[in-house]
Amino acid sequence: MVNYQDRLNVTFSALGDPTRRAILVRLEREDGVSIKDLAKPFAIKLPAVMKHLDVLSDAGLITRTKSGRTVTVRISPEPMKAAMDWLRRYERFWSASLDRLAAYAERLETKARKKGQ
Amino acid sequence: MTSLTLVRRIAARPSIVFDTLTSPEGIRHWWGPDAGPVLIAETDVRVGGRFRVRFRMLDGSEHESSGEYLEVVKPERLVMTWQWQNGEDPGESRVDIRLRPIAEGTELTFTHSLLANEETRRSHEEGWTGALDKLVRHFVKDSAPEWVA
Repeated sequence: MVNYQDRLNVTFSALGDPTRRAILVRLEREDGVSIKDLAKPFAIKLPAVMKHLDVLSDAGLITRTKSGRTVTVRISPEPMKAAMDWLRRYERFWSASLDRLAAYAERLETKARKKGQ
Repeated sequence: MTSLTLVRRIAARPSIVFDTLTSPEGIRHWWGPDAGPVLIAETDVRVGGRFRVRFRMLDGSEHESSGEYLEVVKPERLVMTWQWQNGEDPGESRVDIRLRPIAEGTELTFTHSLLANEETRRSHEEGWTGALDKLVRHFVKDSAPEWVA
């Protein structure tokens, strides 16, 4: 089994670069962009863009399909869903736990004050 | 994004909140995602000491987590590692709790984070989490995961 946490770290690492995030934001707005079009807004050269696309592809965040001489890039949100699931799972656990912790500590505080402590 | 942060303002003094966080008696009153019972609560509250807590959820499923206390500064700060026992969400994560005295009692700041690799940590420091969060939420707004994967 592939380590779930390793996978999450791969996702977070891939998302940890401003150029790669800019690429994803664009792909989120437009369904299917050619690599040439994708590279246009950036001040970096095409090979550098290709490297970023490799990282995103390895993390499963994009797919590339070739048709003739054009490679089209699309976003693939599944890994981001896994990252979000991790977050929500712990949010549910801790949010409920901390609410009860606060209520219990407040009861103890009231008791301590009644005892004049 | 690699971490979850929650803040609670509690009408109780920091020392009481700290004891509630760390004592087995306290843990039995609050630990878990629903009102199911805590079955085991063991703590050895010192740096290098361990905790172990097992709880049953209302659906009957049981879950156990344990870890090591990395920092214990009563009544200000508690840092511990976190691991599930039964293989759900394998790997270790980290819980960091800070208690700050305020007029009404205590402000508790809670953070649960993945143990990040170097690159993740660096990008985290660059402060990209907000932008990423927006992007992620856009894609997963319809998903409602179960507690157990």
